[in-house]
Amino acid sequence: MRLFLHELRTEQVLFWRNREAAFFTFFLPVIFFLVFGSIYGGDTIAGVHGASFLEAGMIGYGVASTAFAGLAITMVIRRESGVLKRIRATPLPPWTYIAAVLVSTFVTFLVEAVLLIALGRALFSVGLPTRPLSLLLALVLGAAAFAAMGLGLTSAVRSAEGSSAVVNFVYLPMAIISGTFFSPAKYPGFLRAIADVLPLTYFTKLTRDVMVRHHHIWSETGSIAVVALWGVIGLVAAIRGFRWQPREG
Amino acid sequence: MEILEGYRPRDGGTVEVLGADPQRGSSAWRERIGVMLQSSSLYPNLTVRESLRVFAGYYANPRDADEVVELVQLTEKRDARVRTLSGGQKRRLDLGLALVGDPEVIFLDEPTTGFDPSARRTAWDTVRNLRALGKTILLTTHYLDEAEQLADRVAVLRDGVIVREGSPSELTGGDVETEIRYRRGGDEVVERTTDPTRRLHELTAEALARGEELDQLEVRRPTLEDVYLELTAE
Repeated sequence: MRLFLHELRTEQVLFWRNREAAFFTFFLPVIFFLVFGSIYGGDTIAGVHGASFLEAGMIGYGVASTAFAGLAITMVIRRESGVLKRIRATPLPPWTYIAAVLVSTFVTFLVEAVLLIALGRALFSVGLPTRPLSLLLALVLGAAAFAAMGLGLTSAVRSAEGSSAVVNFVYLPMAIISGTFFSPAKYPGFLRAIADVLPLTYFTKLTRDVMVRHHHIWSETGSIAVVALWGVIGLVAAIRGFRWQPREG
Repeated sequence: MEILEGYRPRDGGTVEVLGADPQRGSSAWRERIGVMLQSSSLYPNLTVRESLRVFAGYYANPRDADEVVELVQLTEKRDARVRTLSGGQKRRLDLGLALVGDPEVIFLDEPTTGFDPSARRTAWDTVRNLRALGKTILLTTHYLDEAEQLADRVAVLRDGVIVREGSPSELTGGDVETEIRYRRGGDEVVERTTDPTRRLHELTAEALARGEELDQLEVRRPTLEDVYLELTAE
């Protein structure tokens, strides 16, 4: 436990010290919320208040940027620069390390969600979540599933230089197609077809059902199942492909 | 080296470090080893002292971070961010991270590669201090003067096989020939002999009798480098 807390603290310091990464993974969803909220926060989207719709969508974007993209890039850089290898030579148990990295990612995402909700309340008169427990469970599920996918993706990236290119190539289109910014209802058929299989579509649907439509999380078993299934796929890829050292040669 | 550190499975035979098989090295075993890898692997946004504290936190009985800062001579840089350090300073911090757990066995993989001569001397002093503390140090290097300066035992590896092992003086001593070099009439003369005292006496006596000077006279015992070149050339 002492080692876990020590590493958790270290991870938080490392995250906030790296200003570029903190900007792209943590602040970008907040900035998008402020910008798009000012543009169409007052409109009605898919039958609900625009800013409320956007707030739940930005929490979806936030899980993709912190737990998925940010985690994947960080872990590839650490692997390629030899940091992971170095840590393996210390008495810190590997699972303690992984657990601390994941919990730290979740803490960051949670802070982001709280900030989005506070800004929505203060600037765009979005109501506070009426189902806080359901929301928290949804955030845990989303963070776990996307972190598993992020770790799974690290095995597909070969170099530190390529990590942000590969990860952004996956996550930016996903964020847009999944309808975190706009309602996917008006998308052309082929985009809707892609959106229908993406995990972020279902996670965003889940946050909107809980936050905007005040559903209990357990009434949304379909969305939970798809997000969890993707999480399991990510987990299998992570277990099979995760490496502590750069590839040789 | 990586097999001994537990990174790589062995092809065959038995390997034991501190009584344990490195492949199954437990956390308790890792408490007792320190590793400095060939390339630096550090967090660029932490300071020197923070980096040492982070790694100290992984061990049950670490050395004090400030003490390690002094040991690797980074006192002036202790509050500087790692990314602002020079290459040599990063290597010294790397060495510090290997030492901060107060290990019994220390693996140093080419620790002074890229150092300028004075930084190398400084690093040698650190290694000598560790040796004086009774630590076991396994150091790989391409600089044979480094091995000659620091090692109690040297093993020469060729194609993954130890071709010679012993103390530096054992390796360079024995019936190896001593080299005598001088210039006569503008030409360089190089002689090799297993009996340098007598040969030198003869040469100087002849020169004195002729009233000549043996220009640029040099007597050289073979260095480890000569032995290495001879062993690996075969």
